[in-house]
Amino acid sequence: MTDKILAKYKARPKDWILKWSVFLGIVLIIVLSLPYIPYKGLTSYGQVIAKSIITGILSPDFSYFTDFSTQGIPYLLLETVAIAFLGTLVGAILSLPFSFLSSRNLVPSWVAHLFTFIIAMIRTFPAFVYGLMFIRVTGPGPFTGVLTLAVSGIGMTAKLFTESIEDLDKGIIEALDASGCNTIQKIRYGIIPQLMSNFASTTIYRFEINVKNASILGLVGAGGIGFPILAAMSAFRWKDAGTLLFGLVVIVLIIDYFSGRLRKKLATGL
Amino acid sequence: MINWIKEQLHPAPLTLSNGKVVTPKRSAMVYVVPLLVVLTLWAMDITRFNFITLFRRGGQFFVMIGRMIPPDWAYFPSIIEPLIETIMMSITGTLVGAALALPLAFLSSDNIIRNKVFLWVNRLFFSVLRTLPILVFALLFKYIFGIGAFAGTLAIAFFTWLIMTKMLYEIVETIDMGPFEAIESSGATRLRAFWSAIMPQILGQYISITLYNFEMNVRSAAILGYVGAGGLGLLLNEKLGWRQYDKVGLILFALLLTVYAIESTSRLIRKKLS
Repeated sequence: MTDKILAKYKARPKDWILKWSVFLGIVLIIVLSLPYIPYKGLTSYGQVIAKSIITGILSPDFSYFTDFSTQGIPYLLLETVAIAFLGTLVGAILSLPFSFLSSRNLVPSWVAHLFTFIIAMIRTFPAFVYGLMFIRVTGPGPFTGVLTLAVSGIGMTAKLFTESIEDLDKGIIEALDASGCNTIQKIRYGIIPQLMSNFASTTIYRFEINVKNASILGLVGAGGIGFPILAAMSAFRWKDAGTLLFGLVVIVLIIDYFSGRLRKKLATGL
Repeated sequence: MINWIKEQLHPAPLTLSNGKVVTPKRSAMVYVVPLLVVLTLWAMDITRFNFITLFRRGGQFFVMIGRMIPPDWAYFPSIIEPLIETIMMSITGTLVGAALALPLAFLSSDNIIRNKVFLWVNRLFFSVLRTLPILVFALLFKYIFGIGAFAGTLAIAFFTWLIMTKMLYEIVETIDMGPFEAIESSGATRLRAFWSAIMPQILGQYISITLYNFEMNVRSAAILGYVGAGGLGLLLNEKLGWRQYDKVGLILFALLLTVYAIESTSRLIRKKLS
């Protein structure tokens, strides 16, 4: 018995050449990239900053959480969530025409290819790039944040919408057709029920991402909690930064939790 | 109209052909639609959503895009350097992050670590860190290590580490535990059993998610420049500020090409792996 096992073990595939060449390849890539990533040591005050960041973030000032003015954390968080909510909703509505026009089972294939390409192009650029552009169109403020999230959201939302449209079960529509339904009834009872839960799930997922994005958008001045965070950090007010980040973490965790539960419910049926 | 609403609120009972009477369930839409309308109006109020501004200024966005075409090709030589820097930052950041994700995923999988308290504390700590946007890490590292690509790479590595750990332990938790138990029962340590029984099972997916993260990182590396952490972002903001839209067009075009090239290569490799 043991002899057989040992014999099999000796005859194991010899892939050490492959393993070592992959390993050496990775090392080579890292060595090649080192000149582009110069390590200049800590800044002269680096250690002090590192220490105050950690103590600041670990000791948030909770009095900000009871400040209900427009400068207080509750309002900033509410604004961030509102930007994400509206951005997601507008983005989902904008995604609808794109997704139907890029579904191979609905439109001629050249149209589908063209719109798939446009969606891919929209998806290439991070939300941040759209933010930088929109800020010059509608000026700073939460409204710009909404527009940014709406446009940058098309890339992902439309792609996922398209996937659910292409998965449509045509049998149901044919069955409705056979029992004498008109077009509107076919859409109402054959198509909408099939798409609704997928679309809702995608939109909720996008909302989750947009809450995180909305907090970044503040860095370009598009409203939300991002700008106060940036301002606090560049003024070295670590305690304030820690407090703001704490608020952000809490809201993101809460939204992640509920969105996850809601999506699970949608996937398994209400 | 009113009848239709009444019908939605109190669906009329239906009599089936066998004489049975059934009451259809009220549609969830009855609750969802009014809730959405109220929330939308509230959010519009908070964000000062303004249709007039949208119609008056919205076209400007497309005017801006129009000015980017044709891009200023002569500007290309001066963006090669930041572009390579962006790619190198994401390669190194992804590799370091991916390498660090493996041990942490080992420590976060509920089928390998059986200490519930440790698992729970560990996961809570890292999911809190994961909620922070990558730009916040970039800013922190910038203050500690000074302006430049090093801070950006570190931010990418850190962020990749956090995200990949979660993706990896979710994979590890769904694998076949038979080989692992067999090796463990023959006296191997858990680490050794992980390496011999679990690594071969997850290797393909491990490489696949590493490539996926690499794609995402190229995009985020491009914007890290905005906080002074190297890459294309700073250049982009500068040219937008100076209204040199043809140069902006070129930067965006270069980014598009790079992301497209990387995405198609990685998709090819991932297809081969699965």
